[in-house]
Amino acid sequence: MRREGDVRIPSGCAISGFINKSGGRLSGETIIKSIAVMRDRSNGLGGGFAAYGIYPEYKDCYALHMFYDSPAAKKECEDFLERHFDIVNLSKIPTRKIKEITDEPLIWRYFVTPLPTKLADSQLDEREFTAKCVFRINTRIGGAYVFSGGKNMGVFKAVGFPEDVGRFYKLEEYEGWCFTAHGRYPTNTPGWWGGAHPFALLDYSVVHNGEISSYDANRRAIEMYGYKCTLQTDTEVITYIIDYLHRKKGLTLREISSVIAAPFWQTIAKMPPEERETHEYLRVAFSAQLITGPFSILVGFEGGLMALNDRLKLRSMVVGEKGEMVYIASEEAAIRAIEPDLDAVWAPKGGQPVIVRLNGGEEAWR
Amino acid sequence: MAVNFVYPEYEAVRNPDRCIACRACERQCANGAHEYLADADKMVCDDAKCVNCHRCVALCPTRALKIVRSGNTYKENFNWNAKTVDELYKQAGSGGVLLSGMGNPCDYPVYFDKILLNASQVTNPSIDPLREPMETRVFLGAKPQTVERDENGRLKNNLPPQLSLSMPVMFSAMSYGSLSYNAHESLARAAEEMGVLYNTGEGGLHENFYRYGANTIVQVASGRFGVHPHYLNSGAAIEIKMGQGAKPGIGGHLPGTKIVGDISRTRMIPEGSDAISPAPHHDIYSIEDLRQLVYSLKEASGFKKPVIVKIAAVHNVAAIASGIARSGADIIAIDGFRGGTGAAPTRMRDHVGIPIELALAGVDKRLRDEGIRDSVSIVVGGSIRSSADIVKAIALGADCAYIGTGALLALGCHLCRTCYAGKCNWGIATQIPELVKRLNPDLGHKRLVNLLTAWRHEIKEMMGGMGINSIESLKGNRLMLRGVGLNEKELGILGIKHAGE
Repeated sequence: MRREGDVRIPSGCAISGFINKSGGRLSGETIIKSIAVMRDRSNGLGGGFAAYGIYPEYKDCYALHMFYDSPAAKKECEDFLERHFDIVNLSKIPTRKIKEITDEPLIWRYFVTPLPTKLADSQLDEREFTAKCVFRINTRIGGAYVFSGGKNMGVFKAVGFPEDVGRFYKLEEYEGWCFTAHGRYPTNTPGWWGGAHPFALLDYSVVHNGEISSYDANRRAIEMYGYKCTLQTDTEVITYIIDYLHRKKGLTLREISSVIAAPFWQTIAKMPPEERETHEYLRVAFSAQLITGPFSILVGFEGGLMALNDRLKLRSMVVGEKGEMVYIASEEAAIRAIEPDLDAVWAPKGGQPVIVRLNGGEEAWR
Repeated sequence: MAVNFVYPEYEAVRNPDRCIACRACERQCANGAHEYLADADKMVCDDAKCVNCHRCVALCPTRALKIVRSGNTYKENFNWNAKTVDELYKQAGSGGVLLSGMGNPCDYPVYFDKILLNASQVTNPSIDPLREPMETRVFLGAKPQTVERDENGRLKNNLPPQLSLSMPVMFSAMSYGSLSYNAHESLARAAEEMGVLYNTGEGGLHENFYRYGANTIVQVASGRFGVHPHYLNSGAAIEIKMGQGAKPGIGGHLPGTKIVGDISRTRMIPEGSDAISPAPHHDIYSIEDLRQLVYSLKEASGFKKPVIVKIAAVHNVAAIASGIARSGADIIAIDGFRGGTGAAPTRMRDHVGIPIELALAGVDKRLRDEGIRDSVSIVVGGSIRSSADIVKAIALGADCAYIGTGALLALGCHLCRTCYAGKCNWGIATQIPELVKRLNPDLGHKRLVNLLTAWRHEIKEMMGGMGINSIESLKGNRLMLRGVGLNEKELGILGIKHAGE
């Protein structure tokens, strides 16, 4: 059977996430309870979580989460890491044996910082250096796969139902200020754990429900800028688009929303002149990053969480608010399961971004 | 009298029970094929003069006429087929180069017909364009390389000059001179009404048509006919014609008999003189020379208009396009080997160049591999025959399509392929006043508007079927395509999978 990445697999999904705006940390137990409610939206072929604020003791290190197919791949990858990074700490990621989760690869975690000499030689900034190393490992070292590589955050994913994946990774032992979760309903067997979601690059993580019709247009465009779509999933290409527009082009998240879920021309035509000009500019300049077809995504990033629907809102997505907490999920039931008494519940419109920042910070342009 | 070796390929068949000898056919035929025999009170036809343009067929009030294959055959021979033999006879009789009109009619593969489109089922929804917005607007031009902001953080509009089109179609270059005034007027008015562009071709711009400037591409070809500063600044874009799909490697040739009146004035050459465009631009013998012309034209137009460089699809098209993209051009137009023409040497038309589908796929891939696909837009023509061809071309990687032959068909052309004779019975490719007035621009432009309106709706239906609601998400989206009956190499060049994969 071919692994995901050699073949493109459509899937439906459930997503859920929450953020504490003042940075208070909650246990991972909560997000498991939420995603478990939507079991019917998954089929046991993929589940996962992204957690932010979980590694305060290593907050200045990149936390690389790795899947290895073999000890040989691990050796080769560790040699590579040693040549490029200062490895501050390494360990197996703690897991618990449960009958629902089988065929696990070797799962390791490294806290690293780029070697100053290597970094200087590369003439890259620290994040680009790290991202390039991640691509190098994922495309060049067979059997080694970085599935998470941000600071003070981590992705945990596997083939299975998400609540089982959460128990497998002992998610209740982590505390973070933001969690997202994904239950996957792929049409085919992915063949390996890399195909599960969230998908992450640096501190960006994406969980996504939908099947985008613009996939190959987006893929071929983003690959021109040095990205490699090894998994052939929507989530992967969406993550790269966000990384490209946010980190490399310096667009704000709100501007990015106007690119990937652009307002229709007829809507733009009715805007006040300044706003119209901005939207026209974004659509023309970044036309290849427009995403069509159904999607609802949760984007975790350093300092916040963003939710966005496609411009026709072809996937359900609901927001719930309670005090310092903001909850977003495919179904309201998934929110009610962890917070029955909400201050407000509402459904964002298609293309309307919901951007929640730690401590209410506004995003500055660079 | 010398023996005529060639028997007419087609004959006009007249149903005597229907013919009322009204002589409409006789009046309609500029070739003088039909004749009324007063003594016998009946119509006869000299098939040798018939070009099979169907003017008489369409105008016959009793449908008494039809044109059929004459059926006269030589002894069958796959090597020396009838076309080859007839052409040889003609050359032995005349000593001349064979001339042809319109695009390559030979039996080469049509790749568009071996590509099929996708549609959504279950995992994502198809979209109904009658119920949901469906966007076909395209912008042609280079993308900005950097994002710039003013002191308040507002995005600066640093877009290079763009063309905005309501749908990804433009009328390709056909000169005033090769086409009639009424044909040009029809194209210009249709372009304006539909929010697209038409192209002057290399014959300059008639003074009455400057008012359609916002919907006009002004062309600069190797003959530089009718080129002056006002002309360059009167259109929405400037196109440098380096080549044409129907006759790669040679320039245009408009016979002196067509250089009359306004055409002479528009082209800025004396009446009756042949308008012969050189094969190359004599100031462009290499890629660095092209850059100089591109920037000369930009200087002349204040850097306000995109510059298009049009080339014929030839073997090395990908590398050539890559060079053009690095030469300051905003848009590359590629013309496939089936592209039309008013006149081309038959051998050039039938044997030079490559299919547009392969050229497009190769160019799009090369520009992406080089990381410069954003520096240019790609327009393809030669030949785009339907909305399905457009959708396939865009999914292969084009930004927009040029249609020429298709537009002429909408005006009444029946593809008789004798444009070079100047006696177009449909009033399209002629300068004979009685023939020109047969094409009413009020009706002609309306038929073009109808055609584009129909195609736009079809494009929306096909996009909606694929779950795509904006044309930019179709561009280069090759997963939406599958080949049928293509070999590995062809699939590889097209960058698509085979049906069933």
